[in-house]
Amino acid sequence: MSEHIVSPKIYLVIFASLMLGTGITVWAAFRDVGKFNIVIALVIATIKATLVVLFFMHARYSPRRTQMVIVCSVFWLAIMLALTLTDYDTRPRDSRLAPPAISHLLRA
Amino acid sequence: MPHEDYLNARYGIRSWLLTTDHKRIALLWLGSVTVFFFIGGLFATMIRIHLLTPTGYLVTPETYNKLFTMHGVAMIFFFLIPSIPAVLGNFLIPLMIGAKDLAFPKINLLSWYIYMLGGCFVLYSFATGGLDTGWTFYTPLSSIYSNSAVTPAVIGIFINGFSSILTGLNFIVTIHTMRAPGMTWFRLPLFVWAHYATSLVMILGTPVIAITLLLAGLERMFHLGFFNPALGGDPILFQHLFWFYSHPAVYIMILPAMGVISEIIPTFARKPIFGYSFIAGSSIAIAVIGFLVWAHHMFVTGESVYAALTFSFLSYLVAIPSAVKVFNWTSTLYKGSISWDTPMIYAFGFIGLFLIGGLTGLFLACLGLDIHIHDTYFVVAHFHYIMVGGAVMGYVGGLHFWWPKITGRLYPEALARTAAITLFVGFNLTFFPQFILGYLGMPRRYHTYPPEFQVLNVLSTAGASILALGYLLPMLYLTWSMRYGKVAGQNPWPATGLEWKTDSPPPTENFDVTPEVTWEPYDFKNRPDLGLTAGAPSLAPAHGDD
Amino acid sequence: MHRTGELYGQFETLEQQKETAALGMWVFLVTEVLFFGGMFLTYTINRRAFSTAFGIGSNTLDIKLGAGNTVVLIMSSLTMAMAVWSAQVGKKKLVSIFLIATLGLGTVFLGVKAVEYKQKFDHHLVPGRSFDMKYHPAHPMPGDDLEELDKEKQEVDKAFAVDPDINAHGQLYFSLYFGMTGLHALHMIIGAGLLLWLIKASFAGRFTPQYNTPVEVVGLYWHFVDIVWIYLFPLLYLIDRHR
Repeated sequence: MSEHIVSPKIYLVIFASLMLGTGITVWAAFRDVGKFNIVIALVIATIKATLVVLFFMHARYSPRRTQMVIVCSVFWLAIMLALTLTDYDTRPRDSRLAPPAISHLLRA
Repeated sequence: MPHEDYLNARYGIRSWLLTTDHKRIALLWLGSVTVFFFIGGLFATMIRIHLLTPTGYLVTPETYNKLFTMHGVAMIFFFLIPSIPAVLGNFLIPLMIGAKDLAFPKINLLSWYIYMLGGCFVLYSFATGGLDTGWTFYTPLSSIYSNSAVTPAVIGIFINGFSSILTGLNFIVTIHTMRAPGMTWFRLPLFVWAHYATSLVMILGTPVIAITLLLAGLERMFHLGFFNPALGGDPILFQHLFWFYSHPAVYIMILPAMGVISEIIPTFARKPIFGYSFIAGSSIAIAVIGFLVWAHHMFVTGESVYAALTFSFLSYLVAIPSAVKVFNWTSTLYKGSISWDTPMIYAFGFIGLFLIGGLTGLFLACLGLDIHIHDTYFVVAHFHYIMVGGAVMGYVGGLHFWWPKITGRLYPEALARTAAITLFVGFNLTFFPQFILGYLGMPRRYHTYPPEFQVLNVLSTAGASILALGYLLPMLYLTWSMRYGKVAGQNPWPATGLEWKTDSPPPTENFDVTPEVTWEPYDFKNRPDLGLTAGAPSLAPAHGDD
Repeated sequence: MHRTGELYGQFETLEQQKETAALGMWVFLVTEVLFFGGMFLTYTINRRAFSTAFGIGSNTLDIKLGAGNTVVLIMSSLTMAMAVWSAQVGKKKLVSIFLIATLGLGTVFLGVKAVEYKQKFDHHLVPGRSFDMKYHPAHPMPGDDLEELDKEKQEVDKAFAVDPDINAHGQLYFSLYFGMTGLHALHMIIGAGLLLWLIKASFAGRFTPQYNTPVEVVGLYWHFVDIVWIYLFPLLYLIDRHR
């Protein structure tokens, strides 16, 4: 962790940005843009997360090693998601997860 | 011994159970992993005796399922995964980098206690009904239908995962921040590189098995539906989550052993290792690529063909860095001055057996072949060649190599060489027939088999008894040597690592003065302090270096 | 643990000790990313398979409480960062104040979560025998807006028409809801414990410009927990809100 002291002003600016992001996310959720809803939500969340990591967690002022650690963790999560989706996304349509209606078998 | 070392610095059980000295903690680990090795070995013995006859007379089918499950759980989670890192890694890493201890000594001790707690849960599970789901805990058997003690076992393995995570965390931070002056990354012993790579796998993979078992346990307790097709869930999702860790876990088991071999070979060939940076890099490459291949365990369980193709291709890639290591070890031997001390016998055994295990892994990675040999004894033989022929030989060889440093005593050499050869012979007799059995179609995890397979099964069991002897002998003579062995000097082999520049056994603080490193690793030629005389034929010419 | 300025035996310098502590926490956070990541993977696979059930499930969550909690948690991250700053510039009293503020905001968050969980119990939306997505629209609770409830009933009926197994797939959604927010809440409780320990130490004046590593390190943990929620909020609360 660096000795660089981040000024409260910057923290307040970041805080305001995070509030703005939250507001936009909620507003956008009520607009119908089809499959882009989830994209917008995730993009905004990622921007917010990045701001927290860079400024609140001082990653912007940290040694290269810390930044590598952060990048690696995100990369590994991405691997887990992406490679698993190579299975789910390439399954034949008719054997999708949802089985035929079984609600009559439930409610034991 | 008149001087004070870590063994006699303080006495009493509290000084051991509350120690933060990485060397004492390593010995605590040595005791516990040996106990679990016995337990796992006991189950293996029962399996092999049961399989002496085609219809199996020793145990019921349900019990047989429990035997192979508990054998797997005990051996993988409580012996193989900790073994080298927790025993040898803990002991040696601070010594090898010139530090007084690991970065977080109290977390190091906590890691052992967490392991013991996890072990208690699992032993409780074994004692109160056992486990019959296979160590792979596939759903919905484990989450719904099994009547065995799944929940405590899953809790125990979950807890044990944190032990692994803390050890990996400790190693990574230590290697980054605690190296002595002059100990640059490329002067580090390859053992340290291997453990760094292992630790990467530990911290990136273990959390996923933790969450997976948590989900499976919750599903079992509260009838959730993630892995239950009746509620819309998908058993394959469990397998994805499970193998995301469990495949890299096998690299947790083999990378440290490779690190051990990389230390033994230059020492007993009296030559610098060939291709140092390639071996270091290949350790990292194995750790990384190892995370990209997990669904090769699921080729025939229902994943899509395109995923299978992807993972098959990636699985071939991961063999490359392993092969690089084998080539480099072999090249190190070329024009070396080879002495057949016990650790070297284990190292040779490792190279040959790992080669066979690794190549047969490629057979399994091939989709067309895997259709036929998946879930047969071919797979069983493959992974035992790697895990026993590779990892366990690395562990036992490493114990022998560093025994003088750990205890200050030498073991009886002739007996040790005999034991090593016994182990090698016993191992091959146990597991080579299983390749043939698998090729001929004998399924794994079955309590019976067609009568025409009996001869091979009997051979395998016979081999197991010899293998057991090969394990028993070191347990006896190593223990004996702690009291009656010849006193070892600082550097009996001699070897070039920093750990050999302090007393055997080392003082609690490891080094009287923090060392300053100015030499390259494995540099036998430029180390007059090793006492290798100029006239000896042992020093190899400079070419053939990295 | 650390006393002010005291060097632990295995370290050579204070700088090394500080560097080590920070790297240790970052590496630990990596494990947390993968830990939560497993649940995020489960969520992803299940949402893609059962988008109707996830949509209807998400709409039963109270967006005001969810957004409010998001604001509260981000505020707590601000106060946590300010606590670190206060230590760095030597304002010891402010350190305690900001730490207490962080703890307070965290407690508010947990309180709201408890309220939400209770609502789910009352509406029969906890996975298990009594789970029934049709229950709440058919059984109004005191304080419910009957018009909203009627709309909800229509949405639920529509969803049943699209996916007759909504009660099964909806349970997957709620299992993930409870699992992910529950795990998150557990981490917040642990964070609260860490904050209590920090507050106690700050009252003793331990944190100075030379020595404030524990505050920084706990701060890293707290910010991480905030980041998890930053993702949980849209993923759980904001599915198909436009319908």
